[in-house]
Amino acid sequence: MSTSQTTTTDHHPALVHQFDSMEQQKEASTLGMWVFLLTEIMMFGGLFASYLIYRIKYYDAFVAGSTSIDIKWGFANTLVLIGSSWTMAMAVWSAQNGRRKGQVYFIIATMILGAAFLGVKAKEYYEKYDECHIPGHVIGKGFNAWGGCSATDKSLGNIAEDIRIPPHGDPNIPEASAELTAKQTEIFFSFYFAMTGLHATHMLIGLGVLTWLLMRAKRGDFGPEYYSPVENVGLYWHFVDIVWIFLFPLLYLISRHAHAH
Amino acid sequence: MQSNLPLFPQQASTVAAQVDWLYLFLVAITAFFSLLVAALILFFIVKYRKTPGREAEQIHGSTLLEIVWTVIPLGLSMAIFVWAAIIYFHLQRPPANALEVYGVAKQWMWKFEQSGGQREINALHVPVGRPVKITLISQDVIHSFFVPAFRVKQDVLPNRYTIVWFQATEPGAYHLFCTQYCGTKHSAMIGEVVAMKPEDFEAWLTSGKAEGSLAAQGEKEFQQLGCVTCHRADSGARGPNLMGLYGRPVRLTDGRTVVADDNYIRESILVPNAKVVSGFQPIMPTFQGMISEEELIQLTDYIKHMGEQQGEPLNNRSTPTQIRDSEVTHIQERMKQESKEPQKPGKKK
Amino acid sequence: MSSANENVMPEKHYLNDNYGIRSWLLTKDHKRIAVLYLLTITFFFFLGGLFASLIRLELLTPQGDLFQSDTYNKLFTEHGVNMIFFFLIPSVPAVLGNFLVPLMVGAKDLAFPKINLASWYIFIVGAGFALAALVSGGVDTGWTFYTPLSSGFVRTPVIAMGVGILIAGFASIFTGLNFIVTVHRMRAPGLTWGRLPLFVWANYAASLIMVLGTPVIAITLILLVLERGFHIGIFDPKLGGDPVLFQHMFWFYSHPAVYIMILPGMGVISEIITCFSRKRVFGYGFIAFSSIAIAVFGFVVWAHHMFVAGISVYSALVFSLLSYAVAIPSAVKVFNWTATMYKGSVELATPMLYALGFIGLFTIGGLTGLFLAALGLDVHIHDTYFVIAHFHYVMVGGMVMAYLGGLHFWWPKMTGRIYPEGPAKLAALITFIGFNLTFFPQFILGYLGMPRRYHAYPPEFQVLNVLSSAGASVLAVGFILPLIYFLWSLRYGEVAGANPWDAKGLEWQTTSPPPTHNFEKTPVVTEEPYHYGTEQEVPVVH
Repeated sequence: MSTSQTTTTDHHPALVHQFDSMEQQKEASTLGMWVFLLTEIMMFGGLFASYLIYRIKYYDAFVAGSTSIDIKWGFANTLVLIGSSWTMAMAVWSAQNGRRKGQVYFIIATMILGAAFLGVKAKEYYEKYDECHIPGHVIGKGFNAWGGCSATDKSLGNIAEDIRIPPHGDPNIPEASAELTAKQTEIFFSFYFAMTGLHATHMLIGLGVLTWLLMRAKRGDFGPEYYSPVENVGLYWHFVDIVWIFLFPLLYLISRHAHAH
Repeated sequence: MQSNLPLFPQQASTVAAQVDWLYLFLVAITAFFSLLVAALILFFIVKYRKTPGREAEQIHGSTLLEIVWTVIPLGLSMAIFVWAAIIYFHLQRPPANALEVYGVAKQWMWKFEQSGGQREINALHVPVGRPVKITLISQDVIHSFFVPAFRVKQDVLPNRYTIVWFQATEPGAYHLFCTQYCGTKHSAMIGEVVAMKPEDFEAWLTSGKAEGSLAAQGEKEFQQLGCVTCHRADSGARGPNLMGLYGRPVRLTDGRTVVADDNYIRESILVPNAKVVSGFQPIMPTFQGMISEEELIQLTDYIKHMGEQQGEPLNNRSTPTQIRDSEVTHIQERMKQESKEPQKPGKKK
Repeated sequence: MSSANENVMPEKHYLNDNYGIRSWLLTKDHKRIAVLYLLTITFFFFLGGLFASLIRLELLTPQGDLFQSDTYNKLFTEHGVNMIFFFLIPSVPAVLGNFLVPLMVGAKDLAFPKINLASWYIFIVGAGFALAALVSGGVDTGWTFYTPLSSGFVRTPVIAMGVGILIAGFASIFTGLNFIVTVHRMRAPGLTWGRLPLFVWANYAASLIMVLGTPVIAITLILLVLERGFHIGIFDPKLGGDPVLFQHMFWFYSHPAVYIMILPGMGVISEIITCFSRKRVFGYGFIAFSSIAIAVFGFVVWAHHMFVAGISVYSALVFSLLSYAVAIPSAVKVFNWTATMYKGSVELATPMLYALGFIGLFTIGGLTGLFLAALGLDVHIHDTYFVIAHFHYVMVGGMVMAYLGGLHFWWPKMTGRIYPEGPAKLAALITFIGFNLTFFPQFILGYLGMPRRYHAYPPEFQVLNVLSSAGASVLAVGFILPLIYFLWSLRYGEVAGANPWDAKGLEWQTTSPPPTHNFEKTPVVTEEPYHYGTEQEVPVVH
């Protein structure tokens, strides 16, 4: 009922045993990467959906929370990541065209930009720590009892004041309401840390994978015949960038300075 | 009274028989199809058993048969769907004349309170022949109120009121179970619902030592917590006048209209900035952590009865709801219309 | 059945290609990884079974006098977690699927052997966390981890368990990813989508769910762990969160997850019924398509677990309606399997017994699902033993029967030897009887109103509970027997030969056990699937 055929493809050193040809291997790894990115979309999607549900529920608090984070750094990080996407794309292009030095330089550039992003993120996290905007209740300590502040409601006070003091705030908002809204920002900050934290974890994994890629690129593993690892890491890197392109407006922009009343 | 091997729980509410008929219909369908499949399999095993000299006859399939056994289950399941949805809608819409009872669940007990102020733990007395509506809330985790003999069940949530209603038909004592797993003593979170003849129920109500009706206790809270200082009836009041508020549509600062029900009142006490009445400032402080679920229920019940107590007609004022009385009927009509649209299957009754 | 006397073991095959612990722990061969998974999940099956036995033992008496309430709560939680996340979800896909998908599509291995091995290690790490949670006292939240009970109230190692399940979830994602790519890109020449074995179709559909659903449970568990560790308030009503949101997110995965469990089992049944009826499958296209339909519809019915949880009546209406939509493709499958036997040449070998048991029990399990999807009726039977009976009819009566049937069917392929037919038939029969005795009374118990997860219960429920516990002891025998004779057969079993069942399908065209690279030469497929009826001798491809 069935006959057999022998495979007659040239044996490229990077061809692994389960594939018949380089073409099949490349198609498989590309599809695999896309399916993997699909799972990533579902993972971030769950988080985005819950963020939006609570944004509707606690709109004022999300406005106040969003206003309290520094848009300058977020914007700078957006530029850094867009830049790293370009260098990553160039690394892939270099691999496709067999430019070994180009690959190495562009991968290093991507890694520097990625590290810069994480550095800025760390700075932003420290700022939040300093302002006592760390959500959660651990070892008897509540929201905004962490960092450089005592158990007094200094940071809550800050947010509550911001809600009421121009230029961002509206002095007509009564104190009681502002204080309650300030308390409710905890949920905003929970999402802020969960979302940026998951994103930063992906960046860290990305840097790890780039290190591995850099060593292989130095060794000269990639060329026009075989560059799917570079391409797949590129896809991953672009995906992580795109997540940030959604995170930046969601966390920093859309609620900013817009007052409900 | 019961055999050692009962097959049905007692039928002790108006809805029980309806649920049982649906159940029996489904049992019949299940039995029919299971026996059909089993009989066919047994028949094929015997008739077409492997015998030397006889080969299987190759058949690819039959589109006609596929259509038949897609359409028949589809039709049957749609019938079940509509039937079950009718019962569900019935269960979700408590009648207006229902006796109101409040229930608070906590790990691991049930507390019930009649509007007259009679309190019970792990027991609930109700009259037969009259709908009883229970407004439920949990103090900690999610619980579930289940009375098998009445065929009703409702999860009890920690953050908002849920409602269950039934009308008992037979006097007697029935199991009350918590059916949502709630920790260590989940299986001990049980109680009894005692259905009594109306006259016995009246006697029971008066025999207990109630500390005054819920509304009366609520009124005390209203004074003590200082609600009264802002929520006054005069025009200079800083908060909306609550007289006759309950059940009316309310216009909010952001333009939405909501109905002032139990959940709205509860939220407004605990999270006052969530739904601010149009024309008012969000100046009210939160009472979160300062007031127990029981006290909330008492306050709500007081606010509910505020209009009635005074016996005053609702004059054409702009507070508390920012909706003039002349508009109310119109808005209620529209809301009813909107909620009726997809409700078609339930309309037959 | 086979001309056993002439059969000899092939000289070189995947089991003796290499020896030593390293050759197993660092293997990239999908067949060896399947064996690793087999050993792991067998452990979890019997661990979960032990908890089940203790539960049934406790429920012999109404008072709850054997264990403390806390202990009992841990027993049913650990039973559920072990059985669902560490046995049922990996059972058919990670063992039989891993072994057979590459063979059935005529490939040398899965597309990503390293990721496949990684998936097993990830699974082991996840299982390690779960076991650590168990030995440090066990978790008592119920396998559903409902908030705020799990996030703020119980004092058991929920975080370790949550992390364990989260990690094990990635193992399932990697398996699914591997299957999808393998089926898309590595089919042998001539093996069109219309010629794929239904087992492959079913695993493909299940893989779609693994890949799309599992990440959502991952993020849900991450939020739960954060909530429990740091009380950040996402599910805590005291801090403004919504505990019901957790239920939505949990069931968004965990409802489709039951299709991860049952779909591959359905695939097994399609293979067995055709082989032992010597017939082409009735309505190939309809069975294949119904798998995909179940996978797709499965994603939009989650809130039918929440009809009494306080969701709006209109969303309840929509989710009820959609739930019936899932029922139809399942019914189509049952009718097609039954029709496949029509005018066949039916042989009651052990795998066939399991398959027929599956059809009967799955039919009951599926039809009782209609009860639960019926809004007004679900109000009464939700969270009672009716639900327990229903999903055990699907998960044990369906999935475990299919898994055991599949294990018997492909045991000769995996080990090169045949299990002893007599004890195997006996075990199948015992399992069937024990199963019904255990779970049928639970339908009645549920309708009577006995809530699930009850340590003690009113005395009028005792007779049915005793019946159920008696059945459980019979069932246990039915599960232990195969363990014994499978082990026995490894040494003393008859040598199987390449194709002991004269079955069609590429996996039977290589030796048993297959060589490491499956096929010496890539096979070419020239005919329809299940091409029974042309009974001439088929030469084995070496």
